[in-house]
Amino acid sequence: MIYWEIFLAFFIPNIVGYGGGPAIIPLVENEVVGRYGWMTSQQFAETLALGNTLPSPIATKMAGYIGYEVGGIGGGVIATFATVAPSLLLMLIALGTLYRYRDSIKVKSMSQWVRPVIMVLMAYLTWSFFDEGVESAGLIHVLIIGAAATLMLWKLKLHPVWAVAMGLGYGALLLG
Amino acid sequence: MKTQWQLFVAFLRIGLLGFGGGPSMIPLVRAEAVARYAWMNDDEFGDVLAIGNTLPGPIATKMAGYIGYRVGGVFGCINAIVAVVLPCVLAMVALLGLFTRYRDQRWIQGMSEGVIPVVMVMMAQLTWDFFAKSRVALGWLVTLIMGVIAGGLIYWLDIHPGLVIGAILIAALLRPSRDRTSSKTPDALEEGKQ
Repeated sequence: MIYWEIFLAFFIPNIVGYGGGPAIIPLVENEVVGRYGWMTSQQFAETLALGNTLPSPIATKMAGYIGYEVGGIGGGVIATFATVAPSLLLMLIALGTLYRYRDSIKVKSMSQWVRPVIMVLMAYLTWSFFDEGVESAGLIHVLIIGAAATLMLWKLKLHPVWAVAMGLGYGALLLG
Repeated sequence: MKTQWQLFVAFLRIGLLGFGGGPSMIPLVRAEAVARYAWMNDDEFGDVLAIGNTLPGPIATKMAGYIGYRVGGVFGCINAIVAVVLPCVLAMVALLGLFTRYRDQRWIQGMSEGVIPVVMVMMAQLTWDFFAKSRVALGWLVTLIMGVIAGGLIYWLDIHPGLVIGAILIAALLRPSRDRTSSKTPDALEEGKQ
């Protein structure tokens, strides 16, 4: 039963998640934190933060880790399978058809029309991380760390690993 | 056997060097599949990438699975995916396991609190990226109207986001394909950006 839930929790985000790995994050959060309650919002944020410091695609890292936490090795395998297999199988089976329609307005509309929805899900997740941060660390610290991270990621275009390290270091020294 | 080993090594390298998620790994995949091992030429690689982009889900594993299948059959497909995914999942389990074990230490708890605003900024950045891409394709007004309607359906009426997106995908498939010329320019523009 838990395996079936793990499968669904990752299968659904990945068949509707147009826009690559990042598009899947808010959809997975909706299942893992919202629907099944396997993780708190804070644990999800930690997973996302540490996941961003490691190489390889974020969607499969999240799936493998969360699946393992919830259902052991079998859970990790199933979550990764549910993430990778659906669109890969479609690609292998329907390659010719997909190739013919790759420039079709319908196929383009699919990914274009989904983007505003993903955008809203991401905006909501941003808000819930803000809320979570204010609750645990307090508004002042959220604003200081947020401003520093914004500076590092948007202005200086540093790799996310440095911003995550800054957040961890600040927390260890000043919030501990 | 040699092919399987080459597949494994190629995608292991791609997985370990691919900082920054899926899209940043595409040039690495090209370097291995086209330049180093000549499993396909540049045109074929471009086609596989274009087709991969018409489907949902992460692009890097689609590429790994497809190239693995073409080069080494079903076993090659699994082999390439395991090579690209497994090392970093293991690293994640180890890293977060360590984190969880010392959770009762005050300073670890502080780290966990300090990292949330960073993730918040990352998420804000992704939100902005999706808005910017959508603005190029649909215009800012349509993007915002669609966003507000979707937000209302999902957060106010409590409809599952998968259903909302599913409905949009069906609507896109059912749209008339005649007005090709009118939306040609934004499409081309957007493709240039990606």
